[in-house]
Amino acid sequence: MDTQYETVIGLEVHVQLRTHSKMFCSCGADYQLMPPNTRVCPVCLALPGTLPVVNSRAVEDAIKIGLALNCKVAETTKFDRKNYAYPDLMKGYQISQYDVPICYDGYMDLPGDPSSRIGIERVHMEEDVARLIHIPGQDGEAGHTLMDVNRAGVPLMEVVSRPDLRTTDQVEAYISNLQMIIRYIDVGTANMEEGSFRCDANVSIRPAGSTKLGAKVEIKNMNRIRAVTRALEYEIARQTEDVKAGNRVVQETRGWDDEVGVTVSQRSKEDAHDYRYFPEPDLPPLRIGASLVDHIRSELPELPALRKDRFQQSWGLPEYDAALLTSSRTTADYFEQVVRSVGAMAKGEMSAFAKETANWLNGEMARHMNNDGTTNVFDTRIRPENLAVLVGRFGRRELNNAGAKQVFGEMYRSGADADDVIEQQGLQQVSDTSELDPVADEVIQANPSAVRDYLGGKKTAVRFLVGQVMKATRALEAEPLMKELFEYRFTEGNGLAGHSFGNLFIAAMSGVTGNFEQAVSESSRVLKVTGRIVPSTLWTFG
Amino acid sequence: MATITTEGVRHVANLARLEFNKEEMEHFTDQLARILGYIGKLNELETDEVPPTSHIHPHQVFIMGSETEASHVAKPDVVKPSYPREELRAREITAVELTESVYARIAEVEPHVKGYLTLTKDLALEQASRADAGFQNGDDMPALAGIPIAIKDVICTKGVRTTCASKILETFVPPYDATVMKKLHAQGIVMIGKTNMDEFAMGSSTENSAYQITHNPWDLDTIPGGSSGGSAAVVSADTAICSLGSDTGGSIRQPAALCGVVGMKPTYGRVSRYGLVAFASSLDQIGPFTKDVTDCALLLNAICGSDTMDATSVDVPVPDFTQSLINDVKGLKIGIPKEYFTPALDSEIAQQVHTATAVLEALGATVEEISLPHTEYAIATYYIIAPAEASANLARYDGVRYGYRNENPEDLIDMYKRTRSEAFGEEVKRRIMIGTFALSAGYQDAYYRKAQKVRTLIKSDFDAAFEKVDVIATPTSPTPAFKIGERTDDPLQMYLSDVMTTPASHAGLPGISVPCGFVKNGLPVGLQLLGAPFAEKKVLRVAYTFEQNTDHHRQKPKIGT
Repeated sequence: MDTQYETVIGLEVHVQLRTHSKMFCSCGADYQLMPPNTRVCPVCLALPGTLPVVNSRAVEDAIKIGLALNCKVAETTKFDRKNYAYPDLMKGYQISQYDVPICYDGYMDLPGDPSSRIGIERVHMEEDVARLIHIPGQDGEAGHTLMDVNRAGVPLMEVVSRPDLRTTDQVEAYISNLQMIIRYIDVGTANMEEGSFRCDANVSIRPAGSTKLGAKVEIKNMNRIRAVTRALEYEIARQTEDVKAGNRVVQETRGWDDEVGVTVSQRSKEDAHDYRYFPEPDLPPLRIGASLVDHIRSELPELPALRKDRFQQSWGLPEYDAALLTSSRTTADYFEQVVRSVGAMAKGEMSAFAKETANWLNGEMARHMNNDGTTNVFDTRIRPENLAVLVGRFGRRELNNAGAKQVFGEMYRSGADADDVIEQQGLQQVSDTSELDPVADEVIQANPSAVRDYLGGKKTAVRFLVGQVMKATRALEAEPLMKELFEYRFTEGNGLAGHSFGNLFIAAMSGVTGNFEQAVSESSRVLKVTGRIVPSTLWTFG
Repeated sequence: MATITTEGVRHVANLARLEFNKEEMEHFTDQLARILGYIGKLNELETDEVPPTSHIHPHQVFIMGSETEASHVAKPDVVKPSYPREELRAREITAVELTESVYARIAEVEPHVKGYLTLTKDLALEQASRADAGFQNGDDMPALAGIPIAIKDVICTKGVRTTCASKILETFVPPYDATVMKKLHAQGIVMIGKTNMDEFAMGSSTENSAYQITHNPWDLDTIPGGSSGGSAAVVSADTAICSLGSDTGGSIRQPAALCGVVGMKPTYGRVSRYGLVAFASSLDQIGPFTKDVTDCALLLNAICGSDTMDATSVDVPVPDFTQSLINDVKGLKIGIPKEYFTPALDSEIAQQVHTATAVLEALGATVEEISLPHTEYAIATYYIIAPAEASANLARYDGVRYGYRNENPEDLIDMYKRTRSEAFGEEVKRRIMIGTFALSAGYQDAYYRKAQKVRTLIKSDFDAAFEKVDVIATPTSPTPAFKIGERTDDPLQMYLSDVMTTPASHAGLPGISVPCGFVKNGLPVGLQLLGAPFAEKKVLRVAYTFEQNTDHHRQKPKIGT
C-alpha cells in the first residue's frame, strides 16, 4: 500500500444468536440443517394479524455482547421498522433498532496490538431474513426461486465498529477476536461459512495525516475472513489508483466476487434505499434495569484476552500455547480443571506440567476432536483429572511418546482411566535404568567407532547407538529415553554427585583405545544416576 | 411544507410499490396536495420542546383511571342482558333455535342491509348444538354461551375466510384464531358470520369495501358509518345479537352512533390485538357492538385481558365490568369540551347531546365545560400517523405468500407493483401514499415526527382534563348518517367524519357511543363518553345510568319500509 494514503475501515458484523426460539416468535431458532419451512409459524411468516413479541433471552445476549465489547447499555431502548421490499423479508419491513441501540460506545483492544483500540459504535438487535434459493431455468425456460422461511426471524445482532481500523491485519484480528468473544460468552457459533457471522466493510482512503474521511465504499458478500482481507486489499488498491489518477472515489455499495477477486458496483448513493425508519408500534420500548445489567456483567466469563494473559502469568505458558488454549472457552476451562486436579506443585514443576497439558490439549485432543467433529472438549470421554494422570505419567517418563498416544487414544475411545489402560496394555515404559545399563554397556563396548564418531562431532551417530540398544532390548518405546540418555552423557557438563560429567566422560573416553573398559564402567554409573534425574529435567526439554 | 409534484408522487409510489397511470397520477397528486395542505395546519403549533408519542403506554403503565367510586356506596343492578340468557339456561329456548331465528332474520333483511361478507351457518349450528349440550348437562355455562355474534372481517378466524373487505385477501383463510376469537370460543359463542367494513378498516362509511355497500338499517339510502359499518348494521338490524368491530380513529364509535347501537372502544392495550389485521398499530383496538350497555359489559368481560402474543396489551387487572352497571351518577363529574361544539357540528346533534348531559346532570352528576385545546389538530395528526403505520403494515401484501397476485408480471418489482395496484382499493392506496410520503427521507421530521409531537399535546389535554372530571361527554359524530356516495369524491370531507372520535384515539382512551336521540329525519344520534386510561368502569356507569333513564336504545329501525 502506498504510504501517501491512509486506509480507513469500519466493519459491520451481523452475529446470529443461538437462542432457543426466534427473535419475535416461539419458533425454534435451530434452523441450520432443518428441512425447509419446518421452523415456521404465523408470526414469522407475517400472516395478517400477527404480532411480534421480544425474546428476552436475545435481549440478555445482546447485553452480554455489549458488555464484552465494553459498551454502555441503554437504560431504555426501542425497536424500529426498517422498510424495504424483497421476498426474503416477510413483513415488508425488518424490525431493527435505529436511533436508540441497546448497547453503544464500546471498544475492543486488538490482541497482540495493545496500542490499537477499536471503537465499537453500537450493538443492536434485529431479525434475520428468509433464505432464497434461485434455480436457474433450463433450455431458455424461466428460472424460479425457492423460499425457506426457517431463518426468517432468527435473532441477529449487528456490531458496528468505528472507522478505526487501518490495515487488513487489524481487520483480521478484529474479526477473529470478535468471533472468539461471541463463542466465549456462548451466544452464537460465529461461523462465517455457515452464515452465523457476516461481515460488511466500509472502506475509504485519505491522504496520510488527514483527519477528514474520504468517500466510503461499502463492501458486501464476503463469507470468509480471507475473502474480507482480499476484498479490502483489492478495494484499497482500486481506490488508491482512482485517487492517484485524479478521480473522485464514488460513494457506493460494491459486492465482492470471490472467484474473480474483484469488487463490483451494486448501487450508488443516489439509489440508496429510503428505509423510512420509524418506531415499531407493536413493541413498547424496553427499560433495561441496572440490576439486570449488573447480573449479566457478573455472570460474564473472563474474556479470552485477559485469560490468555493470566495463563501466561499463572503457569508460565508461552503466549502461543496460552492463546491457542484460550481461543475456546471450554478448552480453557478444561485446561484449568486438568491443572487444578493435581494439587500443589513447585512452581517450576507446575509450569512444566501445564505446558505438557497444553501440548496434549492443543495436539492429540484437538486432533481427535477434529476427526470426529466434537467441538466441546467436555463432550469427550476423557475427564480432566484422568488426563492429568496421563500427563503426569508421561511427564515422569513412565510412558514414552508412542505409548502415551496409544493410552490417550484408548481413553478417548472408551473413557477408561489412564492407569487401567496402561496396566492392561502393558505400556509401562522400561525406564528402570538398571535394566538398560548392561545393554548400554554392551552397545558402547561393541561400537567404539560410533562413539568416536559422535565425539568427533557426528551427532547422528547417536541414532545408530540407540538403534543398537533398541535392537538388544526389543523395546521400541525406549527410544526417546535412550536417546536422551546418550545425549545427556555426551553433551551435558553439569555436576553429578560431585563430578563433572563431561570431564568424567572425557577421562573415561581418553582410554577408548586403551582402557575402554574403565570408561564403560564410568558410563554405566552415569547411566544409573541419569535415570533418576531425568523426570525433573525432561520438562524443560520441550 | 412540501410542494407536491407529479415527480414526487411517482417517487413515493415507487417506494410504496404502487403504480398509477397518467390520469390516476394527476388525480393522486391533486388529492395528496389537498390533504397535505390540510395537514399543514399542524405547523401552527410550536413543538420544539414536545416529545413525540409513538406508543400510548410507555414501558411502564401508569393507571390514571383509578377506580374511585362516588362518595356513597352504590350497588350494581342485577345483570339483565338483552338476549335470552336465562331462557337458554332454563332450556326454554335452545341455542340452535336462537341461531336459526337469527338466520331467519338474516334471510329477511340482509338483502337490504348487506352487513355480512361471509355467513357461517353450518359452523354456527354446530357451535349452537355444542352450547345446547352444555346447557342440557346442566354445566355452568359462561355468560355468552350460545349467543349469536358477528365478527368484523378484519379479525382472523381459523378456517373462515378473512378478507378485510379487500380484493388482495379474497382467498385468505387464516390458519389461526385471533386471541379474541379464542376467548369468545371459550365462552361458547355462536359465530354467525363475518361483517363488511371499509377495506383494511380505512374509511368512515364502509363504502370502501371491495365487495359491497352496507346500508344503514335506519335509512337504506345512507351509510352505516365505518369502518365497522357491517358490525354496527347487523346489531341494529337484529341480524346478530352483538358483534365485534375495531376502532382506530372512531371505527366502532362512529358507526354505533350512526346505526343507533352501543359501541365501545376499550383502552388501548385492554384487548389483545393478536389476530386483528393491523391498520395503524398504535391506535387499533377491538371492541363490542351491542344493543345495550349491559351486553357491552358482558362482552368486555369476555374479550379483555393481557396477552403474551401482544406486547402492547397491558397487564392490568380486568374488573368484572358488570359491577359498573350502577344506575347512579351522583358525585361524578362530567366534562363537556367546548372545542367539540364547532359550526361544523350538526345543530340537531348539538341539541341532543346537550339534552343528554342535562339528563345526567338531573340524575346528580356535575356537568362542567372543559377545554381540550388541541382538538382541532386531531384529524391532521391522525391522517399522518395512521397512514404512516399502515404503509408499513400493508407492505406484507405483496403477492408472494398469500392473497392476490398478478399473473403476468415482467419481473419481481413489476409483480409487486401490479399486484398491489390491482388489488388495493383507492382509499387504501391513497393512505399508503400519504404514509409513505410522511415517512420518506426529507419529509419525516415535518410530517411524521411533527404529528407524533402533536399527538403528545392532544394526549396532555386529556391528562389535564381527567385531573378535573371523571368522564368527558361529546357528540360521537358531527353529522348523522350521510347519503351513500355523498362524500366518496372528497376524501378530506370523509376524513372529517372522524373529527369527534380521533382525539381520544390518539390518547388511547376508552370511549363508548350510546344512543341519545334522533334528528328530525329519524336518524340516530350518539353520545360519546370518554374515560381516563383503564377507567372503562366509570364510562360504563355513566352510559348505563343514561340508558336506564332514557329509551333511545329501545328504538328499532323499520327496515325497507
